[in-house]
Amino acid sequence: MSSESSASKSNGQPAGSADAKALQTMESVVIRFCGDSGDGMQLAGTQFTNVSAVFGNDVSTLPDFPAEIRAPAGSLFGVSGFQVCFSSGEVFTPGDEVNTLVAMNPAALKTNLEDLQRGGTLIVNEDAFDKGNLQKAHYDSNPLDDVDGNLAAFRVHKVPMTRLTRDSVEGLGLTVREADRCKNFFALGLVFWLYDRDSTPTEDWVKEKFAKHPSIVEANLRALKAGYNYGFSTEQFTVHYEVPSAELEPGRYRKITGNEAVAMGLAAAAKLAEVELFYGGYPITPASDILHELSKLKRFGIKTFQAEDEIAAITSVVGAAFGGALAVTASSGPGIALKGEGIGLGVITELPMIIVNVQRGGPSTGLPTKTEQSDLFLSYFGRNGDCPMPVIAARSPADCFQMAQEAVRIAVEFMTPVFLMTDGYIANGAEPWKIPAISDLKKVSISHPQESNGNGDGFLPYLRDENLVRPWAVPGTPGLEHRLGGLEKADGSGNVSYDPDNHDNMTRIRAQKIMNIAESIPEQEVEGPESGDLLVVSWGGTYGAVKSACMESRRQGKSVAHCHLQYIHPFPKNLGTILKNYKKVLIPELNGGQMWMILRGLYLVDAVSFSKVKGKPFLIGELCAKIDEVLES
Amino acid sequence: MSADTSLPVLTQKDFASDQEIRWCPRCGDYSILAQMKKVLPTLGIPKEDIVFVSGIGCSSRFPYYMSTYGMHSIHGRAPAIATGLKVARPELTVFVITGDGDALSIGGNHLLHALRRNVDLKIIMFNNQIYGLTKGQYSPTSPLGKKTKSTPFGSVDRPLNPLSVAIGAGATFVARSADVDIKHLTMVLERAARHKGSAFVEVYQDCNVFNSGAFEFATKKDQKQENCIYLENGKPLIYGNDRDKGIRLTGAGNPEVVNLSDVKEDDLLFHDESSDDPTPAFRLAQMRWPNSPEPMGIFRSIDRPTYDGEVDRQFKQCMEQGTADLEALFNSGDTWDVKPK
Ligand SMILES: Cc1ncc(C[n+]2csc(CCOP(=O)(O)OP(=O)(O)O)c2C)c(N)n1
Repeated sequence: MSSESSASKSNGQPAGSADAKALQTMESVVIRFCGDSGDGMQLAGTQFTNVSAVFGNDVSTLPDFPAEIRAPAGSLFGVSGFQVCFSSGEVFTPGDEVNTLVAMNPAALKTNLEDLQRGGTLIVNEDAFDKGNLQKAHYDSNPLDDVDGNLAAFRVHKVPMTRLTRDSVEGLGLTVREADRCKNFFALGLVFWLYDRDSTPTEDWVKEKFAKHPSIVEANLRALKAGYNYGFSTEQFTVHYEVPSAELEPGRYRKITGNEAVAMGLAAAAKLAEVELFYGGYPITPASDILHELSKLKRFGIKTFQAEDEIAAITSVVGAAFGGALAVTASSGPGIALKGEGIGLGVITELPMIIVNVQRGGPSTGLPTKTEQSDLFLSYFGRNGDCPMPVIAARSPADCFQMAQEAVRIAVEFMTPVFLMTDGYIANGAEPWKIPAISDLKKVSISHPQESNGNGDGFLPYLRDENLVRPWAVPGTPGLEHRLGGLEKADGSGNVSYDPDNHDNMTRIRAQKIMNIAESIPEQEVEGPESGDLLVVSWGGTYGAVKSACMESRRQGKSVAHCHLQYIHPFPKNLGTILKNYKKVLIPELNGGQMWMILRGLYLVDAVSFSKVKGKPFLIGELCAKIDEVLES
Repeated sequence: MSADTSLPVLTQKDFASDQEIRWCPRCGDYSILAQMKKVLPTLGIPKEDIVFVSGIGCSSRFPYYMSTYGMHSIHGRAPAIATGLKVARPELTVFVITGDGDALSIGGNHLLHALRRNVDLKIIMFNNQIYGLTKGQYSPTSPLGKKTKSTPFGSVDRPLNPLSVAIGAGATFVARSADVDIKHLTMVLERAARHKGSAFVEVYQDCNVFNSGAFEFATKKDQKQENCIYLENGKPLIYGNDRDKGIRLTGAGNPEVVNLSDVKEDDLLFHDESSDDPTPAFRLAQMRWPNSPEPMGIFRSIDRPTYDGEVDRQFKQCMEQGTADLEALFNSGDTWDVKPK
């Protein structure tokens, strides 16, 4: 394995010593790797992110997958991208404009070039710009010849990556296909050089990942080194950059995606509560990873059930909750729609359960791999009858950890199904997560009654405490035998009742019980002035972009505050007051204005909606422009 | 503690709830409820460990009338609810009470999957060949040509054969009985209750309001012996008021009715409920009155690992490895330290 160590030695050399090229310092950089879905761009992006995180930058990532599993190679709809923002300051989004674009073929160039900043760096694999690929990308002529001067605004680096990669792995006995697969490591090596990164963590990863295939290890390491050396030695590149490490809070970190964080938050809540977790799910993008993650964690007392459909997933959860398990399901729009009736059963039986809604573009199958916030109404209202449920929303990948535990707390303390909203953007996006100390985690305590509450008259499953919460008695407990069901319940006894006054009463009780949750959640906070010209209200995964835009506006001396909602039903008690403290209220959302309608309806505030429904997150720039527009109107 | 001294002896009455029964007078459901109350005390299972889960329909009111744990859920979903409960709490004894519409129409998918997984559930399907609760539409088991409120000119839907569906899905216990056939029903329910795995029992149930007399052929004293064959494991298929007829397989493997005066008993078809091959059970399920005498009883009863048992086994194995360390979980993957500056 001598060649491996030599590879890492030369790659790990401190830039600037042997390297005479100018090293410029940057605060924050956005790189996007894009190519064919088979080009390994997600891998390249992830590796770059890891290396930057280990180096000490704050990072935020956004993978962008094609909807087709295997679109024809080279086609426009088969382009896969991975964007990473890394910075010496704090970052809240994967970034607006791309500083460096790596495009592995013509289709990737065509679909991504418009996001590249003027003056930005464009690195292309010029070998891929052959007749066939150009045709597939609907180019009449080779854009790299640039007869129209379209590329003049960028620093273009045409790199024969395919050929150089093949040369670098020569002699290893690889097939052409295998050799070409290493292109992503060549590109990665080049970008490592460009941003002065130490590639050791990636080399270690390659060695571990392909331990059983020494020739693949060797090939990838050689390609990586070839890319690095290419930047170092060719005349094409005259400068490279460094992004110093960020001032993150001291501690141990790891990178986490929203879906991983949901799974870990749930596992932690269940473990600390010393209760078994039951997860019933049916695969759907972008929620499936929660099922995958939890399936690995049986040792934490977690049972997972891949049901035959979403209806079975939610109803299995109702059954498991009746049995006393901490019962969870997750899905996305179409699946949540199917779960509606079962969730209603959860509401009327007043059993605790957690329903994670990883939102994606809708309606119907919509945009499976793209993000949106358009299931707010679905979660808030999307069941028959007056069917109130708490709704809470995570704001970033790492925040999913916290909010998953909060969902558990609310479900169990208030005996109710709870919606936890995330979205494709935070579910797949990653950020550094400061690993918490176990002792800092709040434990939810769960108890099932053992004694009857009926004073000799049998057990009363709907006898309530001061919060209107009924007891969670479970099968197997002698003397507490009772029947639950979807028909209206008589208060107290839980017997079926068609009495009109009872139904009116129970409808109000169920609603009031949910409103009582407001007493147990934090008051709403606002970032920025406590009163002033404009309040921007956001919820869910748009947090980072809205926060950044408001910060930017304040930096420019504008009176702009930011209110980010994590508790959506009930809202924090002081929200109404906050909304009235500003001359104007702006509500940006990745939907047609759902939160806007709810807040106007509840608080009679003449808020302005800023709605974007493109399957893409907000850019900080477009939010800043909208803020200015509203301030000036 | 030995079970004998610690378990109170339960009686039928102990399983009755305080709820007024609201089925129509003379509904077949009453008899099924009564036989169930008879069977439960014989199982030696404490009341609190028994759960009845039902869907929606007249029959699905059943859990309210039992003093065990229960859930009257939503239309068609009882098998999925029961699966979740049984996976979470494998030590419970879980019954599913469902109707022909509930189980085979809206809930067909869940039934299929509960059976193919072999979840340890006792699924009792009350078949009245009609939608009772919604007042008389045809159901997936109604015969072709059936005139109902929603098929005034006669149904053109081909009916499902519930037992064939169950056998096709890989059910490990499949049986049929009739509401008023008290002894037979008790026997079938008890066998189902004792089966380890998913038991599917079809009970012919008279809806005397919307589909009166649909199963007279199998319930009327003077007719049932002529029209039905009461299956007994290991015994030849013999039937008739005078037990003078039997079933033999033709060379092509088809069942044919023969007269016992012409054929020796040894040449008849012998019933083997434990055959791993589903073909014999399927053949019996295809025999339907009036085209042929109809088998009643236990068609199939075989041993297979249960789904909930297997989930629990994997689960316990993982738990026993004792590596449920949250700190290790959080710190898995690439981690890095940010030092104070
Ligand atoms: C989602 C939904 N669709 C329809 C209904 C109306 N519904 C209630 S029971 C039933 C059919 C019941 O028939 P069956 O299962 O044969 O039971 P039976 O009443 O005959 O015992 C229907 C269609 C419902 N409650 N829920």
